[in-house]
Amino acid sequence: MAATRIEVPRSAIAITLNGERTAVEVDNRTSLLDLLREQLGLTGAKKGCDHGQCGACTVLVDSRRVNACLTLAVTLDGAEIHTIEGLSDGGELHPVQRAFLERDAFQCGYCTPGQICSAVGAIREAKDGWPSHVTEDLSAAAVVLDDEEVRERMSGNLCRCGAYANIVPAVLDAAGEGSDDGTDLPRREEFHPIPSVEEVAG
Amino acid sequence: MSAIGASLARIEGIEKVTGAADYAYETTAEQETLYGWVVQSSIVTGRILDIGVDAVLALPGVVEVVTWRNAPHLEDTGDGELNVLQHAIISYRGQPVAVVIAETLETAREAANVLEVSYSAGESDVLMSPDHLRLYAPDKVNPAFETDSVIGEVDVALADAVTSIDHSYSTPALFNNPMEPHATTAEWQGGRLELVDSTQGSSVTAEQIGALFGIPGEAVHVRAEHVGGGFGSKGSPRPNVPLAAIAAKITGRRVKLAYTRQMMSSLAGYRTPTVSRMRLGADADGRLTAISHEAFSQTSTLFEFAEQTAEATRHMYAAPNRRTTHRLVALDVPTPRWMRAPGECPGMYALESAMDELAAAAGIDPIELRRRNEPERDPELDVPYSSRDLIGCMERGAELFGWAERDPRPAAHIDGRWAIGTGMAASTYPAMAQPSGAVVTAMPDGRYRLGINATDIGTGSRTVMRQIAADALDVEPEAIDIRIADSNLPKASVAGGSSGTASWGWAVTKACRELRISLQTGMTIPPDGITVTATTDAEIAAQEELSRHAFGAQFVEVRVDLDSGEVVVPRMVGVFAAGRIMNPRLARSQFIGAMTMGLGMALHEVGELDTVLGDYANHDFATYHIPACADVKDIRVEWLDEEDTHLSPMGGKGIGEIGIVGAAAAVANAVAHATGIRVRDLPIQPDKLIADLPARF
Repeated sequence: MAATRIEVPRSAIAITLNGERTAVEVDNRTSLLDLLREQLGLTGAKKGCDHGQCGACTVLVDSRRVNACLTLAVTLDGAEIHTIEGLSDGGELHPVQRAFLERDAFQCGYCTPGQICSAVGAIREAKDGWPSHVTEDLSAAAVVLDDEEVRERMSGNLCRCGAYANIVPAVLDAAGEGSDDGTDLPRREEFHPIPSVEEVAG
Repeated sequence: MSAIGASLARIEGIEKVTGAADYAYETTAEQETLYGWVVQSSIVTGRILDIGVDAVLALPGVVEVVTWRNAPHLEDTGDGELNVLQHAIISYRGQPVAVVIAETLETAREAANVLEVSYSAGESDVLMSPDHLRLYAPDKVNPAFETDSVIGEVDVALADAVTSIDHSYSTPALFNNPMEPHATTAEWQGGRLELVDSTQGSSVTAEQIGALFGIPGEAVHVRAEHVGGGFGSKGSPRPNVPLAAIAAKITGRRVKLAYTRQMMSSLAGYRTPTVSRMRLGADADGRLTAISHEAFSQTSTLFEFAEQTAEATRHMYAAPNRRTTHRLVALDVPTPRWMRAPGECPGMYALESAMDELAAAAGIDPIELRRRNEPERDPELDVPYSSRDLIGCMERGAELFGWAERDPRPAAHIDGRWAIGTGMAASTYPAMAQPSGAVVTAMPDGRYRLGINATDIGTGSRTVMRQIAADALDVEPEAIDIRIADSNLPKASVAGGSSGTASWGWAVTKACRELRISLQTGMTIPPDGITVTATTDAEIAAQEELSRHAFGAQFVEVRVDLDSGEVVVPRMVGVFAAGRIMNPRLARSQFIGAMTMGLGMALHEVGELDTVLGDYANHDFATYHIPACADVKDIRVEWLDEEDTHLSPMGGKGIGEIGIVGAAAAVANAVAHATGIRVRDLPIQPDKLIADLPARF
């Protein structure tokens, strides 16, 4: 294969990103993930495989979860996109974010934004009555989530740290369908800003 | 109230759940940074004849193509894997042959894809086997253990044994696959190199990269604020670091470079395939008279990595006659490195499977067999254990799991299309500590600033270091601002070997205690604060000679689908005795995470070698299956309160790795119990069961 390409086609698109109308010009080869991360500075969506196999890049496009790495930005003119950065409302965390913190549903944190966006989408899909592979009643108006439903619906989001055993109850907590009353949960610590090295090293 | 032992949440938790935590590829704005893309060899061995650099340089947006012809000189530091782009010789398929540098990611990727490289290919040898003609005994095994150990007359004892077994067990090449692929952002500022790197240790990265470029380690500044997992693959610099630094040097610009997921199997290290021939002999009471563990693994031609596969066998069970050996073959492959519990993990799969087979052959319950072979002292080091509570772990695990109700007969529990079985295995991992330094400052406003060059690869070390400091200073954790993962801080050890907490925490404790003494003199704190720096070289060197190991017991139930051969694991129980647990919340996550990875090793994960292409063929998550959410059901973890005064001042043994050790054997033992089929070659995929499964009931 010879290197002959000279022209790089570019296109102008307008998207609504976390509630804000955003006009951008994109290289037609640019994925939504690379648009977010490299052009718009939103690095919350992660690149774990760039092939739609790990889910770390999951964002919500028109309220449905998609792998941002498999979605060409040029196809999204007019779309409404929500990323992890847009989930918390001001300083208020989204219930799924809060549940992930309370259940320690992550370790390294790299898959976490994708897990959380995926969980938001999965909870919505169940409420809208979308069946999964393990749903028995295919005609129910809404699917009640349980361990098995969550495991199935969250299996597009890989976690190598192996936090699944905490992710499942976190998603159920956030969906309001957890069996645990939460009384045994450890307290959540206040966040402290991290000082610079110079400050610390003196 | 002690901060150690409290279930504090992760300090950086909010950053991680809001997407605000910046990883190595994410710390710069696009307009300031060039993109590097690695081009890999498509032959196994041979020479590069030519690289079509000019055609690619003509593409708009391509800034530079670095090959062996124009790369800056790197010093030979004894690791050929890091001496990237220094010559035209190819030593394995996937070795870097060029880096394309462009203004945008899209251009860099496309240019790398169309770069034409011509080769002259040579003969290659990529297949490890226990009868390979070029097997040799390395001088030492990782990191500095004796290659062989022989005590007594093993062959005589085996011949005289009432019960004996002789089987070989194999584990395939396994890929660490942290969710964050290795990434580096590099920029030269005069003679100094600035790196933001996805590493488990910024001190070691600064030293090794400095040595490669012929500059002092202090001239390399490495930061690793957030790291998306490592599991050993980021325990030392991998080719991404010198490649990014070379790209930055040659362009005079800031360059960032990340591996693709596909590159992770050849450029990040992996777990070597292993074969363990196990021979066990026992007397009429089930007491071991002989243990023999002969281990075989591979390394590359560029760097010798000799996995200590049989090391754990030296410390597990009593037997008067014992032998462990390690044999290695250097192949035309990427260099295997550390992956979570290197040595212990594959070695204990073999030993604990063999113990289960011996228990069956002798008609003794597997827990009782281990109890009868409990050593009073370390059987090879001939020193006491600092503490050892394998029996306590087995007893508590048996209680939690309901082991007492187990029918020991194999294939005795068939329920419709399911064969149901249970199995157990022991776990162990050494408790280690390495010299480190820490700096702490008391500020006039009553707050404290702690600097410890720990790395938080997901373990929670940032949080635990603050807890340890709080106790040593006798203040609330919230009074401490902590900074980690920066090579400008005092030198500290790597996040590896389950030794981070002990190593860093020891230095933190010492610095904080010394600061407290300074403060007790009643002096006024100046505006800049009072700073104390401490290192632990002397304390670590002065440790008495003991056998320091954590122990555990894992119990597994399996359901084997008699129609398909698929194995489902509805529940796992792990009980561990690992000294003092610093933070139950974070510890539980570590244990369940490691057991989950062990489940993947047992059932799913295998690097499939293509001997024609000379490479592992499954390079991505579609073809290399790691556990997904639906694979993991109920995992229950407990630990025993264990007071051990022969460890670091905090009294912990380290917990990052022990959870994966024994997990695969417990699954294999449960599968044998469920079906009567003993799988001795991981992973236990349906094709290894389907032909011999019992009939549906």
